Amino acid sequence: MASDVTESGAAAATLPEGFQGLVQDWSSDKQTFQVPWGKAMMWFFLLSDTFIFTCFLTSYMNVRMSTRVPWPNPSEVFALSFGGEPIPLILIAIMTFILITSSGTMALAVNYGYRRDRAKTAALMFITAGFGASFVGMQAFEWTKLIVDEGVRPWSNPMGAPQFGSTFFMITGFHGLHVSAGVIYLAVVALKVLKGDYEASGNYQIVEITGLYWHFVDLVWVFIFAFFYLW
Amino acid sequence: MATEGHQEHPLSVYLWIWVLLFVLSMFSYMVDYIGFEGYLRWSLILIFMFAKAGLIIAIFMHMAWERIALIYAILGPPVLLLFLIGLMAVEGDYTLLTRLDFFGETDFVAEH
Repeated sequence: MASDVTESGAAAATLPEGFQGLVQDWSSDKQTFQVPWGKAMMWFFLLSDTFIFTCFLTSYMNVRMSTRVPWPNPSEVFALSFGGEPIPLILIAIMTFILITSSGTMALAVNYGYRRDRAKTAALMFITAGFGASFVGMQAFEWTKLIVDEGVRPWSNPMGAPQFGSTFFMITGFHGLHVSAGVIYLAVVALKVLKGDYEASGNYQIVEITGLYWHFVDLVWVFIFAFFYLW
Repeated sequence: MATEGHQEHPLSVYLWIWVLLFVLSMFSYMVDYIGFEGYLRWSLILIFMFAKAGLIIAIFMHMAWERIALIYAILGPPVLLLFLIGLMAVEGDYTLLTRLDFFGETDFVAEH
């Protein structure tokens, strides 16, 4: 270490310039987070996503608090009847259980990934993606019902406050995009696992990183379910 | 194990948390199904929501086994959002009072 100090003058003359210099200066040969960089970066991405979703939910709170017009009762709006009496919020409840189930299969996929069981890992990831796709399908059904049958628009709403439409389409739409992106992400990684792309290194960290994203999508839904649908 | 960022835990941990998440989701749904109102409804919704969120972050996302440097870096910043939520709640309240003052009670009639 002492030699580093005495030679620092000579070392400064050979420091790289430009972009490489910027990277080296910032990293300065120190590692703050004792996890693979991919995992740390996924966490930071999820942190920024947390801020985006909180902004949406906070603006939803603000417009719901400030409107004079009555807010539609989500329990009735999202009720479905299967031949008999309408069951309150049933479609949303099913969607919630589907996402929770997919989170469970994802957690198992991560586990089998570290055991280097390629077939089981890929299969569980495809199952997770399948649940995700069915979630998006149900959301498409829900949107269709609201737009075509109920006449809800982002700017108006025959059942009450027009802000109901704008916040609903914004929040669930952005979440649905996340789920759709997650389905593609899962399918790509699952295919690579199946092909054996990670066999050479034996490093199945990528499955856990994909899992972080997927669990986050489920996590956001927990908050949307509580604040938009149940409140 | 956690220092290498390699998270391997017994399957039973995940299965138990999975079951718990199902039960908590069921409870959340029952809050609406039974039709609790007012503060009881809101506090139950929040309790089940935070329990579910905590389990997902701690177990499924392995936060419970990460080093404290990462935990603080990720869970610290969102605390700031509480200020945003608080300020926007005050603002929303003020907007409502102003609207009632200028426009009076609503004359909205639902179409169906």
